[in-house]
Amino acid sequence: MTVATQPEIKPAGRKIAKPAEVKIALIGNPNSGKTSLFNQLTGLNQKVGNFPGVTVDKKSGFIQLTPSIRAEIIDLPGSYSLYPKSLDERVITDLLHDPASKQSPDLIVVTADASNLKRNLLLFTQLADLQLPAVLALNMVDVAEQEGVKIDMEALQRELGVPVIPMNARKGAGVAALKIVMTQQLTAPQKAFYTLPSDLQPLLQSIKSRFGLSNDYLALQYAHLYKSLKFLKEEDVAWMGEQLESAGFKSNTRQAEETIARYTRINELLLDVVRVEKADKDEKFSNRLDQILTHKVYGYLIFFGLLFLIFQAIFAWASYPMDLIDLGIANLNALIQSNFEGPLINLLTEGVIAGLGGVLIFIPQIAILFAFIAILEETGYMARVTFMMDKVMRKFGLNGKSVVPLISGVACAVPAVMSARTIENWKDRMITIFVTPLMSCSARIPVYTVLIALVVPEVYYFGFLNLQGLVLMALYLIGFVAAVLSAWLLKVILKARERSYFIMEFPTYKMPRWKNVGLTIVEKVKAFVFEAGKIIVAISIILWVLASYGPGDSFERAEQQALVEAQNEGLTEEETEVRIASHQLEMSYAGRFGQAIEPVIKPLGYDWKIGIALLTSFAAREVFVGTMSTIYSIGEEENVTTIKEKLATVKDDNGEPFFSPARSFSLMIFYLFAMQCVSTLAIVRRETKSWTWPAAQLVYMSGLAYVMAFITYQLLR
Amino acid sequence: MFINSLNKERIEVEHKAEKQAVRRSVRDMEIGERGVISSLNDPEMGLKLLEMGCIPGAEIKMNSRAPLGDPITIIVNDYTLSLRLDEAETILLKP
Repeated sequence: MTVATQPEIKPAGRKIAKPAEVKIALIGNPNSGKTSLFNQLTGLNQKVGNFPGVTVDKKSGFIQLTPSIRAEIIDLPGSYSLYPKSLDERVITDLLHDPASKQSPDLIVVTADASNLKRNLLLFTQLADLQLPAVLALNMVDVAEQEGVKIDMEALQRELGVPVIPMNARKGAGVAALKIVMTQQLTAPQKAFYTLPSDLQPLLQSIKSRFGLSNDYLALQYAHLYKSLKFLKEEDVAWMGEQLESAGFKSNTRQAEETIARYTRINELLLDVVRVEKADKDEKFSNRLDQILTHKVYGYLIFFGLLFLIFQAIFAWASYPMDLIDLGIANLNALIQSNFEGPLINLLTEGVIAGLGGVLIFIPQIAILFAFIAILEETGYMARVTFMMDKVMRKFGLNGKSVVPLISGVACAVPAVMSARTIENWKDRMITIFVTPLMSCSARIPVYTVLIALVVPEVYYFGFLNLQGLVLMALYLIGFVAAVLSAWLLKVILKARERSYFIMEFPTYKMPRWKNVGLTIVEKVKAFVFEAGKIIVAISIILWVLASYGPGDSFERAEQQALVEAQNEGLTEEETEVRIASHQLEMSYAGRFGQAIEPVIKPLGYDWKIGIALLTSFAAREVFVGTMSTIYSIGEEENVTTIKEKLATVKDDNGEPFFSPARSFSLMIFYLFAMQCVSTLAIVRRETKSWTWPAAQLVYMSGLAYVMAFITYQLLR
Repeated sequence: MFINSLNKERIEVEHKAEKQAVRRSVRDMEIGERGVISSLNDPEMGLKLLEMGCIPGAEIKMNSRAPLGDPITIIVNDYTLSLRLDEAETILLKP
């Protein structure tokens, strides 16, 4: 290796004026230890950005290789070859093939799994034929040796013509050596692994001259991929189409030929490099474990047990830190309000800080859910989940992996939508994200409990079946059925932009790498707080303003009126305050909104008071209870029984109880279906990188809510 | 040989009925059974399978079935690959 002999003076002397920044791209098969290596190299110095024009996150990080060389490491999506099969994988060719791109890397680090060298080298030979400066980071050499595969590093390096660094990305071994190689000025590899067919030469030459390319294989890649390369202009695509047509270029056949030729070449070169001295090891540990974990009965029992555990965790365990955050925000606001006064202070406390609290409150759930998901992914169990659930979920246009977001959605749609990231297929992922908010989340519980307590009698059947409990369960079930049917509907409507494959590596079981688990949690929390958080805070402030201000002097008049009423009815000071708040909410912009939409919601059985609650529920559904308390002058007591008793006394125009079963069920059904959650909309926008999806969700779910609530009210009336 | 099968795709469709009687695919394998790939009969999916190492001539072993019968896992090139039955059907075996 040239590594040790190269003097360090060269780079240091070269860049005195300005520290050099090199771009290094990490590329490799899925499960080849790429993410571990990325985490080892960059640690917490990671940031998530965008690749231009696609929904794929661009993960990059910085390291200081030497005092004078700083490197940006870009983590590219895992891929098996340079012919992209999914939208995510297109990022790789867009990045590497655009000669004008400022993003194109100075060095490529190819990660490969030593225990599966043959398949991992396919991608490497393609990259090498592009003559890009490259290093091969050979991972899991220890695993390969345990399986009886011995790799001669010297010989491999000679055969490949690039530096080979044996490493163990999990333990961090070999990272130092890799960093040293990264500081070297590596020349492009000169070895070609695939001899291009001579009959293609005229075509390749004309492609090369048109686009100013110097590499034959790159020209061939253009010929195969011209329709999907983002940077090609329309006329270039048209020109390419004509050229290929007249040359009689058959992309599928040529690609097949190339792949077979590459495998043949790889088999040849590995003959001298790899020595296999193992007996037939079919009864591997992973296989034995699979006999239990994917068993007909135990497999599902264990999986649903795990789901139950996850659900418990985000439902019950997360409530302790969430209560602490709630309390902290309330105390902070109380502290500020007791020391300062004025409308700006109100804006700060009840608008901004309360909005921030609404963002922070999600962190425990996101952290806990992603701790579980990262462990499931790391251990390889997630692949088994997909394997076991695929047949059922596929019928509804979902993916085996959709089970996790759907179940998590029962606790909260926000982390659930984020967890749909594990679904590789674009269409499956979009459908999952779209239907997840239909699952009844924990924020709907306060609404359900108050309304059920109001209209469903507390009777028991067979001594233990509580009718109220049964109704609650029915509501959850309706949400689930709605999600599944909507998924099925979308499956029919949505055009797939890519063919859906299930063909994937079935990884062996491994111990989770805790560093990766930790970094996943940090990454997800950061993504939520900084990207979705902005929108949530902004809309919370707007909603607060709408409920706290009214046009002109309406607030003063509301207060006056309340004071007059208080005098006439002989209310106490506390009751007077409550009455003022009630009248002011009525006169606020939110109150006006409620009155304005009354004609629209009347067919559902609602009046303008409920209209206000529908609007304020946008901040979070549980706000419904608070708004109802204010508007019906119930006061600050957050006791379900008190609220229930007060609401039960509300009469309609005919003197009948206003919250009749028809109205209450109509409301429950409305809250079940409606998209009334800014946080979910914000996270869907973040995950899909477009406003189209959250807008479609808002329209679809709210439309569905309207229709279903209408039917419910008209049937029960 | 594989290339030929791609070019002759149309012809193959015509002969499918009679061919299927003789040619078995990975779909028909029993658990634990070994076989050798002869060709892939779906050009587009074939590319994906080739990249994953399902090269004509490669030995494969039927490893397991999901509890509901679909998908399955096979062992090819010393690693485990999972795929759906209708994907497995496109991998034809040597008699």
